[in-house]
Amino acid sequence: MAHQLPTLPYAYDALEPHIDALTMEIHHSRHHQTYVNNLNAALEGTDLESLPVETLMGEIERVPEAKRQAVINNGGGHANHSLFWTVMSPQGGGKAKGDLASAIESELGGDEAFREAFTQAAVKRFGSGWAWLSVTPAKRLVVENTLNQDSPLMHGNTPILGLDVWEHAYYLKYQNKRPEYIKAFFEVVDWDEVARRYAEATA
Amino acid sequence: MAFELPALPYEKNALEPHISAETLEYHYGKHHQAYVSKLNELTLGTADEDKSLEEIIQSASGAMFNQAAQVWNHTFYWHCLSPQGGGEPKGALGDAIKAAFGSFEQFKEAFNAKAVSNFGSGWTWLIKTSDGGVDISNTDDADCPIAHGQTPLLTIDVWEHAYYIDYRNARPKYLDAVWNVINWDFIAQNFND
Repeated sequence: MAHQLPTLPYAYDALEPHIDALTMEIHHSRHHQTYVNNLNAALEGTDLESLPVETLMGEIERVPEAKRQAVINNGGGHANHSLFWTVMSPQGGGKAKGDLASAIESELGGDEAFREAFTQAAVKRFGSGWAWLSVTPAKRLVVENTLNQDSPLMHGNTPILGLDVWEHAYYLKYQNKRPEYIKAFFEVVDWDEVARRYAEATA
Repeated sequence: MAFELPALPYEKNALEPHISAETLEYHYGKHHQAYVSKLNELTLGTADEDKSLEEIIQSASGAMFNQAAQVWNHTFYWHCLSPQGGGEPKGALGDAIKAAFGSFEQFKEAFNAKAVSNFGSGWTWLIKTSDGGVDISNTDDADCPIAHGQTPLLTIDVWEHAYYIDYRNARPKYLDAVWNVINWDFIAQNFND
């Protein structure tokens, strides 16, 4: 079955004022939809069409070389955005709790150090890309960033929190001010969902 | 001596309706300025402080390269545009384009297709080839033909900040519009140099 655009788990205006409704609408219904369409086109005629997109990105070398870059760009675009929508919530904000908070404390030096590292990863990503909190194969937390739509799954890490820093993610509201967008993002992070993904990745 | 933001060769509203004054307020006044400011921060007190932009582009890497190349790319881009622009190139440049692409229309189609396929942030260029012809190429992020010994003739910025205010996700619409303000006199001058 062809990949499909996931339904957004809240209304386009639900993350206002941190992320505006127009940005959410274009980002979800245009940008994400285009990645889905282009991914389906790239996979057509291969035996990879039924793989979940996360599996596909984790086993990217299975994609024939002629189609690999298109799948990296568009499969990555689909996987990254699908995660992004779920780690934000109108009830978000605050800090991580439980096991995830303990791991942030012991492995990343605490909430404040994590925020600083994540913000730097997001600010320093030159051009288009993503900032991530990921779990390594050794089940350690790591803050990283990727270029364009490259997914941490491509190098074996499991992303549990992601921030899109393509200009399309923030330009209508924040223009050139990426640091303000990053700050606003923390107001809508759904830590329950990040903790759920952490538990799954470390199980 | 510190690097300076060069003057825009026209008013910020001069390219309307194809490129809005609001876009140029940010693109020139904020983005281009930020590249200049960051380049000055990085070069201050170093041996690179007295180098030309071109020298830095040809020798630096990482953040220094990114800032220097983005300063150069944007200055070049502003000069590729003009409120008196549009139409078709004439003379030797027009002939070279026809020789390479068949017709001006086919050239535009090929250029637009290349620009649409430039994934992420980057630039699309018309460059002069070593045999005196012309070709189209893409660069990623800040990368720039003069870093590779090539001769750029024309560039169109395809970072999202170049068109998001005016065209949102519709990069092809931006590309269609920008041909109305292409400064063929500047590009012909680059070709004839």
